[in-house]
Amino acid sequence: MITFILNNKTISTTEHSGMTLLDFVRYQQRLTGTKIGCREGDCGACTLLVGTPNGDTIKYQSITSCISPLGNAHGKHVVTVEGTNLQDKLTTAQEAMKANYATQCGFCTPGFVVSLTGFALSDSEKNYKNAIDAISGNICRCTGYKSIEKAAQQLVDKLKTQENNSLDWLIKNEFIPAYFETIPKRLKDIEANDLNQPKGKYISGGTDLYVQQADHLADNEVHLIAEKDYLKGITIKNGICTIGTNATVSDLWNHTEINSYFPNLKKHLKLVSSEQIRNMASLGGNLVNASPIGDMTIFLLSLNSTITILNTEEKERTIALKNFYQGYKTFDLKEGELLKAVSFKLPTKDSFFNFEKVCKRTHLDIASVNAAIHLSIENKTISEAHISIGGVAAIPKYLHETSAFLTGKPLTTETIIEANDILQKEITPISDVRGTNDYKRLLARQLFFAHFTTLFPKQFTLKDFLQHA
Amino acid sequence: MHKNKTNIKLDTKLEAVSIALKKSIKNLDSYTHVRGESLYVDDVNIRQGTFHAVVFDAPKAHGKIKSIDYTKAEALQGVERIFTYKDVPGKNEIGGIIADEPLFAEDEVHFWGMPIALIVAESEFIARKARDLIEINIEDLPVITTAKEAKAKGSFINAPRSFSLGNTEKAFADCDYIFEGETFSNGQEHLYIEAQGAYAEPLENGNIKITSSTQGPTAVQKTVAQVLGVAMHKIEVDVTRLGGGFGGKEDQATPWAVMAALATYHLNQSVKLILNRHDDLRMTGKRHPYESTYKIGLSKDLKILAYQTEFLQNSGAAADLSPAIAERTLFHATNSYYVPNVTTKVLSCKTNLPPNTAFRGFGGPQGMFVIESAIAKAAHEIGVPTRKIQEANLLDENDTFSYGQIAKKVEAKNTWHTAKNIFNIDALEQEVADFNKNNTAFKKGISFMPITFGISFTNTPMNHARALVHIYLDGSIGISTAAVEMGQGVNTKMMQIAAAIFSIPIEKIKIESTNTTRVANTSPSAASSTADLNGKATLMACKSLLERLKTVASEALHTSEKSITLKEETVYVNGEKSNLTWTQLISKAMLQRVALTENAHYATPEIHFDKTKEKGHPFAYHVYGTAITTTTIDCTRGTYEFDSVKIVHDYGKSMSEGIDLGQAEGALIQGIGWMTLEEIAYNKDGRLLSNALSTYKVPDIFSVPKTVEVIPVETEGNDMAILKSKAVGEPPLMYGIGAYFALQNAIKAFNPNYDVKFHAPMTPEKVLTGLYQKQ
Repeated sequence: MITFILNNKTISTTEHSGMTLLDFVRYQQRLTGTKIGCREGDCGACTLLVGTPNGDTIKYQSITSCISPLGNAHGKHVVTVEGTNLQDKLTTAQEAMKANYATQCGFCTPGFVVSLTGFALSDSEKNYKNAIDAISGNICRCTGYKSIEKAAQQLVDKLKTQENNSLDWLIKNEFIPAYFETIPKRLKDIEANDLNQPKGKYISGGTDLYVQQADHLADNEVHLIAEKDYLKGITIKNGICTIGTNATVSDLWNHTEINSYFPNLKKHLKLVSSEQIRNMASLGGNLVNASPIGDMTIFLLSLNSTITILNTEEKERTIALKNFYQGYKTFDLKEGELLKAVSFKLPTKDSFFNFEKVCKRTHLDIASVNAAIHLSIENKTISEAHISIGGVAAIPKYLHETSAFLTGKPLTTETIIEANDILQKEITPISDVRGTNDYKRLLARQLFFAHFTTLFPKQFTLKDFLQHA
Repeated sequence: MHKNKTNIKLDTKLEAVSIALKKSIKNLDSYTHVRGESLYVDDVNIRQGTFHAVVFDAPKAHGKIKSIDYTKAEALQGVERIFTYKDVPGKNEIGGIIADEPLFAEDEVHFWGMPIALIVAESEFIARKARDLIEINIEDLPVITTAKEAKAKGSFINAPRSFSLGNTEKAFADCDYIFEGETFSNGQEHLYIEAQGAYAEPLENGNIKITSSTQGPTAVQKTVAQVLGVAMHKIEVDVTRLGGGFGGKEDQATPWAVMAALATYHLNQSVKLILNRHDDLRMTGKRHPYESTYKIGLSKDLKILAYQTEFLQNSGAAADLSPAIAERTLFHATNSYYVPNVTTKVLSCKTNLPPNTAFRGFGGPQGMFVIESAIAKAAHEIGVPTRKIQEANLLDENDTFSYGQIAKKVEAKNTWHTAKNIFNIDALEQEVADFNKNNTAFKKGISFMPITFGISFTNTPMNHARALVHIYLDGSIGISTAAVEMGQGVNTKMMQIAAAIFSIPIEKIKIESTNTTRVANTSPSAASSTADLNGKATLMACKSLLERLKTVASEALHTSEKSITLKEETVYVNGEKSNLTWTQLISKAMLQRVALTENAHYATPEIHFDKTKEKGHPFAYHVYGTAITTTTIDCTRGTYEFDSVKIVHDYGKSMSEGIDLGQAEGALIQGIGWMTLEEIAYNKDGRLLSNALSTYKVPDIFSVPKTVEVIPVETEGNDMAILKSKAVGEPPLMYGIGAYFALQNAIKAFNPNYDVKFHAPMTPEKVLTGLYQKQ
C-alpha cells in the first residue's frame, strides 16, 4: 500500500508503484491542472512539489511527475497546482503571473506556478537568480519568458520582506493555503512503512529510466531504492568524499562543504538538466545509465573516482570508475549488483578542477561534448592529471593517454597543444543529432583549451592557443 | 556591456509602456490558467465507457505496403477494434486545398509517421501495447527528403507560382553590383505544449459531437462529414481553448478529430485520441524548410534595382496548406524594401516528409530570410554595413509591391528611424566596435531587421467572420464568434469590444466556446486576422443591439435616440445621468419583445487578388517595425547570448497593450528559436531524428535576450484593424531573423576568413565552425 498526502487529502492506494505519479494524479485523482507536455521531463508542464519530512518540518522540492514513480511518493506530501489554490483568490505566485501577463495559452502555466511556489517554500536564498533557477525546467512556447521574468521578480520582492522562512509567514502572505501547517504532523501520523519491494528493475529517481521505458515500468515489477538509507549520505573524511549513489544532483548543489571544495560547483551543476530533474536524478543512476555524455559521470571520472558495488549477498567490491565502462552502454555490473557509493579525493589548494559542457541550448540539454579536468600543480609542473570527456566515444571517456602525457610536464602552452594532439587520437566521435564528427573534434579541442583559460586566466588566453594551434 | 548614456527619450517611452501595462486589461483566462482550472481537450470530463485510441503509423518514408498483420494486436485483452481505410464510409481524403491526402494509407506510404490504422482500446496504454504487436511489411520505394532532390526528379505539389514587377532582366544590365547565392532555412516544430487531440462522443440520430484542439473548427466539421459520408449538420465541433497552436493546429488538428469521430461512428461510443509527444512530433508537419537561390543587383548608391529569386519549398508528402504558404512567401519576398524590378518564383516540392504546414508567419519569414541574406551578402562583398543597404531601400508611401498593391500608411522608414534615434544606434554600434577591439575570446555582433507584413488571408474569400451576441434577461451577455482562443488573447479582445459598446463591466460578459452550431462556416483562427475579423463582427452585432436598446431607452425616457448614451451600466440623456439602469433597460426591451440577440457578419472590404495575373490588393493593411539585435559569442566554445533586442513596433492603436506586448515578445523569441537553436533533422531515409524534446530544443528562460524593449511607434492606426489596433500575432516573429545576422556579424569580427553562409539555424555548431573556418 502506497500512502501519502496529496494536497490536503491522505491517499492510500494499491496502484502499481511503477506507474508514473503524473498518471496517478491526473487520471486517477482527476487533478487535471497537472498537464502532460512531453513525458520526458523536458517541459515542466507536469511539475509537482514533493515534501519530505525533515525533522519537524517538511522539505519541499519540485519534480517532473512524468518521470517519477508513484511509489516514490510514499510517506510524502505531494502538491499539485490545485493544492496551492486559495479559496476564491489567487496566491502570490498566481497573482504575479497574472499581473505580468505571464500566461497566454495557459498550458505550461500550472507548472510555472508550482515551481515558483516550490521556490517560496524552499530554503534557498530569496533572490532573482534562484527564482529563475527554480523555473529552469519549465518551458513556455507562448510568452518568450520576459513576462515570466517579471513575475518572478515580483515574487522575489515580496519574499525578500520575510524575516524568517516560515510556513506561517507564507500562509499569512498568501503563498500557500493554511492546510500546509497541518502536514508535518499528519505525515508523521500516517503509517508509511517500507514498501513491499518485489524483484524488478532498480529505480532511484527514475529520471532516465522513465524516459526510456515508462510503459515497461508501469507494467512490470519495480524495485524502488530512492529511500534506502544505506545508499544515502555524503561523508568527507581525510580529504576523501564518499557519496551514496542515491544522492541527487541537488544534494551536491546544497552541500556546503562540497561547495567549499568546488567553488564553481553551482555554476557547473547548473549545466546539468533543470532544477526539477536535479531534485530527482541520482548519481548512481547517471553512472549506470552509462550514457557517453552523462554529465555527472564525466564530472566524477576526472576526479578519478572509485565506486563501491554491492551484491545480493551484501558483499562489497571496489573498482575505479574509469574501468567500469566496457563498451556502449555496457559496464562491469553483474545481475543483482547495485552501485552503493562513489568516492574521490577532494581538490586541494594545489589542485584545479573544471567542468565544461556545450550543447545546442546551454541549459536542460544533452551535451554535444562535455569535459572535465582535475590537475595538481607542483612548482609549475603538472604532478597529476585526470581528464575526462563525453560525447566523443562509445563510453564516457577517461583520457588515459592524455592524462598520462600531462603528468610531469610543465604547465605551458606547448604542453597543452601537444596534449590536444594526443586527446584527438584518443577520441572517436561520430556524427549524430548532436553534431558532426568534425564539430565534436573541434569542440573537444576548444573545451580542452577552455579548461586552461578558465583555470589559469592569467597564464593562458584563447589567443595563445590559436596562435600555436 | 557598459551602460548606455542616459537616454531620456527612451526612458520616457519605457515608462509609458510600463504605465500602459499596469492599466491594460489582463487576459480573461488568467485566473483559471494560474489555478490549473482551465479546461483543454484532455481535461474535459469524459463519458463512462469512453475508449482511447492510438495511431499506428508508417515505419518507412516511402514504400508499398505488402502486408499488415493485426491479429496479435486485435487479440490483446482490452483492444476493442482496429480501424483502417477499409472502415471509411465516405471518402478516405482529408486534403484541404488539394485532395491529395488520405486519412489512412491504403497501398502505399508516403512519409514516416503516415497514419495507417487507429487502434481503439479500453486505455491508451493498452492501445499502445497493441501497436507494438502489429506486423507490417513494406517494400521500399525511393525516398526524397530535400526540395532540391524533388525538383531534380520533377516531384511537385502543384504548378509553380511567380510574381513580377518591372523588367528584372533588363534592370540587371544596369546594375553596378550583382551578387548571387543560395540560402537554406530549416523547418520548425510548433511545439505547442498541448499535443494534438480530440474527443468524440455520439449524440442521438447518428450525430457526433467533437471536442477538438483545433484552430479550424469548420475544417474539422467539413472533413469529418466528408470522411463519414454524412451531412455537415450531423457533426458538431466545439473548441474550448488550445494549449498553443502557432499554425500547427490550423489544418493538422483535423486528422485526429476525424479518426476519433470515425471510431465513434462505428462503435457508438465516446473515443478520445490525444497524441503523445513522440507521435505528434513524428506524424505532424512543421514549418517548411526552404532552399532558395537569389540574384540581387544594386546601383553604386546602394539602391536595389533588381531582385530575382527561386524558392524551393519542401512541402512534404501532401499539399496541406503548402500552396497558400508558398504564395505568402512571394508576397513577402522583398520584405520592407521597394525594389522596382522583381521576379520571384516558388516551387512547392513534394517530398517524403510529413506534409509541412502553417506556422506563424506562414511562408513570409522564409521569403524575408532570403532577401535579408542577399542584402547581407551584397554588403559583405561591397564592404559596407548591411544596414546602409537596408536603409537605402526602405518602402515609401505609394511604392508598389511586386503583387501590385500600392503601399499606404507606410511606417517602414518611421519605425527604422525611430529605432535608430531612440535606441541611440551610434552609441550602440560604437560600444560593439570597442568591445570587439578589446576582446579576443568574446565578440559582439549587431543587426537591423525591418519587417513589413500583410494582414488578411491572401485567399480573399476567407476574410469573413460572424459573431452571435446574446443579451440575457438579467443583462449579462454571451458572445460566440469564430475565434479560437489559443493564448493570443482574442477572447479578451472580444470582451473588451462588447464592454466598451455597452459600457458594462467585463464580469457581465462571457465569451463562449467556439462551436460550429453557433457560428458556422468559419475561417480558421489564423493569418493574424482573428481579432480583426471576429472583432469587427462582434462590434457590428453589439452596435445593432445598442441601436435597438437606444430606441427602447428613448421611448422610455421620452427623448430622441440621438440623445441617448450608455455609461457605466446607466442610460444617459444628453450627457445627463437618468434613472434607467442597464438591467432595467434590458427588462424593458424584453417586455417590448425587442430581439436581444444579434448575429453579425463581417467581410473585409476593399481586398481582392487575381491569381491569373498575380496582381491585386490582397491585404487590408500592413504591419511595420524594426528590430535591433545585439549578441555576444563565446569564441572559445561557440556558444552565444543575446544582449538585447530593441524594437520599434507598429501596433496601430493597441487596444490591449499587455496582450499585444506578449504577442510581440513571444513571436520574437519563437523567431529567434527558428534562427538559432531549433534544428529539425531527418536522416536520408526520412526518419525524424529530432524526435523528442531531448533532441529538439526550443528557447528556455536562459536562452532569451537579456533585454527586450518594444516601443510602440506613434501612428494613426488603421480603420481596417479592429478599433485601429493592428494585428500582432505573426509579424514580430520575423524580428527574430535579425538574430541570424547579428551572430554572423559577430563571427566576422573574430574570423576575417569567414565565408558568409546563409544556412539557418545558426546553432552553436555552425558558430564554432564559422569561427574556425580557414579559407
